[in-house]
Amino acid sequence: MSEAKPKYLKLSGLEPLVVTPESNFINVGERTNVAGSKKFLRLVKEEKFEEALDVAREQVEGGAQIIDINMDDGLIDGREAMVKFLNLVIAEPDIARVPIMIDSSKWDIIEAGLQVVQGKCVVNSISLKEGEEQFIQQAKLIKRYGAAVIVMAFDEVGQADNYERRLEISKRSYDVLVNKVGFPPEDIIFDLNIFPVATGMEEHKRNALDFIEATKWVRENLPHCSVSGGVSNVSFSFRGNNPVREAMHSVFLYHAIKAGMNMGIVNPTMLEVYDDIPKDLLEHVEDVILNRRDDATERLLDFAESVVGKAKESRVDLSWREESLQERITRALVKGIDQYIEEDVEEARTSVNKPIEVIEGHLMTGMNVVGDLFGSGKMFLPQVVKSARVMKKAVAYLLPYIEEEKLANPQDGEAEGAGKILMATVKGDVHDIGKNIVSVVLACNNYDIVDLGVMVPPEKIIEAAIEHKVDIIGLSGLITPSLDEMVHLAKEMQRKNFKIPLLIGGATTSKAHTAVKIDPQYEASVVHVNDASRAVTVVGDLLQKETRDGYKKTVKDDYQVFRDKFLKRSVQKEYKTLAAARANKFRIDWGTSDIVKPKQLGIQVIEELNLEKLVPFIDWTPFFRSWDLHGKYPDILTDTVVGTQATELFGDAQEMLKTVLAEKQLTAKGIFGLFPAYSVNDDIEVNVGEKKVVFRTLRQQLQRKEGVPDYALSDFIAPKESGIQDYIGCFCVTTGFGTAELATAYEKQLDDYSSIMIKALADRLAEAFAEYLHKEVRTTHWGYAINEDLSNEELIKESYKGIRPAPGYPACPDHLEKLTIWEVLQVEEQIGVQLTESLAMWPAASVSGYYFGNPEARYFGLGKIKEDQVRDFADRKGISIEKATKWLAPNIADN
Amino acid sequence: MNKIQNILRERILVLDGAMGTMLQRYKFQEADFRGERFKNWEHPLQGNNDLLSLTQPDAIATVHAKYFEAGADIVETNTFSGTTIAMADYHMEELVYELNYESAKIARKVADDFTAKEPHKPRFVAGSIGPTNKTASMSPDVNDPGFRAISFNELRIAYKEQVEALLDGGVDILLVETIFDTLNAKAALFAIEEVKEERNIDVPIMVSGTITDASGRTLSGQTAEAFLISISHIPMLSVGFNCALGASQLVPHLEVLSNRTEYAVSAHPNAGLPNAFGAYDETPEQMAAQIAEYVEKNLVNIVGGCCGTTPEHITAIADLVKDYKPRTIGRQNVVV
Repeated sequence: MSEAKPKYLKLSGLEPLVVTPESNFINVGERTNVAGSKKFLRLVKEEKFEEALDVAREQVEGGAQIIDINMDDGLIDGREAMVKFLNLVIAEPDIARVPIMIDSSKWDIIEAGLQVVQGKCVVNSISLKEGEEQFIQQAKLIKRYGAAVIVMAFDEVGQADNYERRLEISKRSYDVLVNKVGFPPEDIIFDLNIFPVATGMEEHKRNALDFIEATKWVRENLPHCSVSGGVSNVSFSFRGNNPVREAMHSVFLYHAIKAGMNMGIVNPTMLEVYDDIPKDLLEHVEDVILNRRDDATERLLDFAESVVGKAKESRVDLSWREESLQERITRALVKGIDQYIEEDVEEARTSVNKPIEVIEGHLMTGMNVVGDLFGSGKMFLPQVVKSARVMKKAVAYLLPYIEEEKLANPQDGEAEGAGKILMATVKGDVHDIGKNIVSVVLACNNYDIVDLGVMVPPEKIIEAAIEHKVDIIGLSGLITPSLDEMVHLAKEMQRKNFKIPLLIGGATTSKAHTAVKIDPQYEASVVHVNDASRAVTVVGDLLQKETRDGYKKTVKDDYQVFRDKFLKRSVQKEYKTLAAARANKFRIDWGTSDIVKPKQLGIQVIEELNLEKLVPFIDWTPFFRSWDLHGKYPDILTDTVVGTQATELFGDAQEMLKTVLAEKQLTAKGIFGLFPAYSVNDDIEVNVGEKKVVFRTLRQQLQRKEGVPDYALSDFIAPKESGIQDYIGCFCVTTGFGTAELATAYEKQLDDYSSIMIKALADRLAEAFAEYLHKEVRTTHWGYAINEDLSNEELIKESYKGIRPAPGYPACPDHLEKLTIWEVLQVEEQIGVQLTESLAMWPAASVSGYYFGNPEARYFGLGKIKEDQVRDFADRKGISIEKATKWLAPNIADN
Repeated sequence: MNKIQNILRERILVLDGAMGTMLQRYKFQEADFRGERFKNWEHPLQGNNDLLSLTQPDAIATVHAKYFEAGADIVETNTFSGTTIAMADYHMEELVYELNYESAKIARKVADDFTAKEPHKPRFVAGSIGPTNKTASMSPDVNDPGFRAISFNELRIAYKEQVEALLDGGVDILLVETIFDTLNAKAALFAIEEVKEERNIDVPIMVSGTITDASGRTLSGQTAEAFLISISHIPMLSVGFNCALGASQLVPHLEVLSNRTEYAVSAHPNAGLPNAFGAYDETPEQMAAQIAEYVEKNLVNIVGGCCGTTPEHITAIADLVKDYKPRTIGRQNVVV
């Protein structure tokens, strides 16, 4: 066979990874390593595999081309954990698309891993440490399992720590593998040991240089193999000084990659762009890495102190203002600095023939950098939204000039954007944070956005789509009735013979609902996109001439397959009859149950609560989620991937919150009532003054384990026939008044970042208000938990007694019950919160629900129910079966 | 043993068509499947086609002969389900060795007869190794994605038994085919390597995956190229695709293989896609017309048929390919 042709390292997950000389440096994700990530270790120990999968997913989404998985920890069964985690990873196509690096110092764990992965993995690692015989035997098996291998520069004597030893061990390992085992040389990856420099020890001075030179030797003398390593080791002695560490990593990689290192473990957030390293720092770091001076270490140590100081005041470092115009504009966009943009854009305008050229040239150049950084996981969503704010300001500044130019030269057509996209939150729904984020991100990528806002009726969407000749329609919604609205709109689009793609997004939407309910209604493309970073790719795939037909077909086919599988699956679930479920209700022993009479019965209104009181009750985790930053607060602030960004976002949020509080920009209003009540089957009859009002609850029907009751909320209230007087409460709180005005004002200033921020904050405050009021009710107004003393974390974990389920959520998914609460409390008349036709609350930052005080009351998910309950429910409520079916649709099991 | 490798460089080889489709023509009933020997077997046996090698050996030999007459160079043994895992459905795990051994012998005999008659056209037997009815990298339970109904080691042991019996029965080639889940195939290849090492022999291996639908991926989610990379650690006679799709739909996936592998490329597609009644109705002419694209584009070294194909289809294919040069085998072909 001809040897002239180079052989390439080829790996596979669900998709191939071929490493050619043209490939960029292959970045291995290392967060799924119990030895390197405390968070991952904790998740594995606590068997929180769902969250552990998120760690893997984040890495792949963040650009890792291989994921390293390591379960070597004394306190876990590494073999079992490896197999279990890999099996779960394989079931997640968005993770399993990349190849896996099975990382362990124990052979049995490696082998167990190799036995569960279909793709071609990398084994990390084997070495000559225990002698040639074991090395050969393991290599032979790795070859037979079909994996590539990382070989550590380690032999019977020890680890290679200088240039000669690295050469000696790698040469010997290579010869044994290629000649004795017949191992394909392209499947060999050497880890030549990256050790720290600038430790103060004479013998460590050449550590980086030896690695780099040995890399060069290996790549030149051992044909077809690769070189890898863990980069952060090199800067170990500068822990705590990130600017210096980041510079050291970049300098080291710059030289190591030139020498032939083509793969490695690098934390992308701990990396400065080589060209961005300040000249003096670069010189000092390069002196150390390349061992260019005897006193390099001392000089860098001295210099490092000044770098720590500088980093802290970097906000006012204006040296970038000295750079070229394009660099300043790009920097302003990348860093989201809007202070100087008008000045710079003006300078650009006077340097070109037509003002439009500034947009097409200077600004797009900058936005392309933003797009690339975001696409490769080096920028995060809040940064992109800030970039968009700068872009908008720049465009707004140019618009009058462009208009003037158009009047002067009317024959020049309009500049063509990448495509026009209509965005709308559907009829009856008021939630728009996600929709706005997607709009901003798409606008950043040069798409024209026609944003119709919230509560948009279908005819208006259709009309606007035709009028603006849009290329794509994007629908968003948060509450369950919006799902039906989307189906309806898809039907309308079909009826009107639309051909343009329809995008579906929002919290309650899902691939399942899109594939099963929406896609069949519309012959053209329907795509579910629930993540702003994916929206850009999807829209690109849908509009680009070269990709669109193939992509559309792929999605259609994918949904067809998904639908078939889904329908097959749902048939298999079994349900009880309503009568059988009722017979198996949750039984409280009313004779001994602890029922406390509320201290204050009746309705109370909170006209204006001091917002300051709510701050300690805020659960920040969902706030980060609304910005696509995933992780638990406060850990997220120090997360290695998104920590910096999360901290910055949190800082901005605190600042805005301060202003909101100081200037009382939002108004918190609430209302609640506590009433005598008893249950009758699945109903709860409430005495509101002279009037009797009935809450209808729904009961679980899914067949489950013997001995597990079928819950309905009415089970938590003493039944009429027990003769025991029980009680129930209900409430509505809002912090939304003022939000819309503020958001509009921000939008007028072209500041989408702040507009989204205020809405996200108002949402958090409303949730905090609900939490606050529940506590007040438990400890004071109802008073069944006078001695309660729970921290905020415990509140978030719902450790308190009693529950406050909300209509539209899992225990009582029926939104119709909100109407009953509104009737009982006179919510709209008293505090002004309205219900839309889909029963969403307006203002959006509002929460409503019931209070159940029984110590045995618990949260549960209703799951799917059967037709017999729908009929019964319609009957009890005195509404038609059609109406009941419409409102309960998301919870009705398919036949 | 060098023979088939040499012939492959000279011309396109023809593989047989469907065994199942031909056996359906016999309309065998429960009693025919049982024969005398399994008259009192406690479990129903109708549908256990592999068993017919023991109870209706003449029918099996006749089908092989028809395919050789039609122009096939290689026939596949009647052992698609010949593992303890697949035979568990009929409680016939104990018979696995015998089923494979006898099936190999039947095909061997027919092949040798034809070779004796036409020494210029030697005939070969490929031992068919199916995917089993369990998957090692997918969960059968949608609610428990981490669950696996079978392990790599269970598969490896089962495949090893099948491989040993096929080799003892005299097959020339081992054909790991209709691969839905690449991990199953890797277990089969692992077992083959073990047997090769233990017996100190070499045996040509054909590997054939299945792209299940228009998504262009295997059932276990891999693209054609990822599949190729995942199995290329074992030296192969050929790699290819079969089943699930018709000939035309396989073209883009064969192009991927052809551009990226140094081994020979094979294809044995279905006679189109099944119609509403689950039958395949593409005629021999229709199918051959599509296969013309393979040879014109120089994509393949071995072609044959899978579900729904008959000796008539194989004749049409053999007539077509005899005038074409085979795809060049070796690293000079490889683009990446």
